[in-house]
Amino acid sequence: MSFRSETILWIAQRASAAVLAVCVAVHLVTIVYAVQGGLSAAEILGRTRGNVAWLAFYSLFVLAVTIHAPIGLRPVLGEWLGWRGKWRDLALLAFAGLLAWSGMRAVLGVFL
Amino acid sequence: MKVKVWRGGADGTYQEFDVPRHPSQTVLDVVTYIQRSLDPTLAYRFACRVGMCGSCSMMVNGVPRWTCRTHVDKVSKNNQLTIGPLRNLPVIRDLVTDMREFFDKWARAKGEFRGRQSRKDEFQKVPPQSPPRLQIDATIECIGCGVCYSACDVVAWNPQYLGPAALNRAWTLVKDVRDSARLQRLRAVAGDAGCHACHSHVSCTERCPKHLLPTAAIAGLKREVAKAALQGAL
Repeated sequence: MSFRSETILWIAQRASAAVLAVCVAVHLVTIVYAVQGGLSAAEILGRTRGNVAWLAFYSLFVLAVTIHAPIGLRPVLGEWLGWRGKWRDLALLAFAGLLAWSGMRAVLGVFL
Repeated sequence: MKVKVWRGGADGTYQEFDVPRHPSQTVLDVVTYIQRSLDPTLAYRFACRVGMCGSCSMMVNGVPRWTCRTHVDKVSKNNQLTIGPLRNLPVIRDLVTDMREFFDKWARAKGEFRGRQSRKDEFQKVPPQSPPRLQIDATIECIGCGVCYSACDVVAWNPQYLGPAALNRAWTLVKDVRDSARLQRLRAVAGDAGCHACHSHVSCTERCPKHLLPTAAIAGLKREVAKAALQGAL
């Protein structure tokens, strides 16, 4: 991979980290606040189904994870397992696809 | 005092010596005593003895140090010392390492100054209080001892990584207003072999005997490379 692509990956890693910092904080605070009085599955679905703001927030969350985690795993695979080169990057692309698919599946599961 | 010293090449082993203690004794004094009084075949490297030349670095009780300015009092444990060749560099013999790769990486990081002017021009002035000059205050005066390179785990894990000293040098030139090779240098230090491989463990800064801040230099390079990439100049 060229130094330009690696620089873009680094910028994407930093930018997605900034998004994740906000998303994780909002996510945790919301959970703690929402469950204080006890919350049933039906009540949760009542709030999430058809809620476009909720869909937009968690889609952004999934997107940030999809970008952030594979880029972070890249040096781990290189430095700990000595796995570098094209096949590592293709495997990480597949991992990104798995994160995006499973994440959006969960989001759409309570939105639709 | 019991002193274990590495003997042989990469597959060598430690040999133990008894060395008398003296006030204000340095680790280099200990190694010199062994070579001059106990075993003249011991190979080690030193020159200035006063912390200027950067040639006497060794592993002392598992930590890379400049041995001429390291007092035995401060580093011995239970009156014992273990002295070995610098980590992350090929061992030639005993305490002598092959520094070629270390300095080749300075060249790969474009660590040489490229001026714009000829000898016929006036001296170019660098205002001491200008922001770029102040930014490199904590990164100049490197003596090239290799301690930071030896302390860096990323160098151990990624042999292509240029390492803290070469990147630190590149940073001082990136911020040098007289230099003309800024973009070429930013290209040379970008990517997995360059500044982006640094995990900010800060071992280089922790161990630097000159108290320089290579970690800050590398962070500065990351910012400058990112700016150049976003401007489409990289």
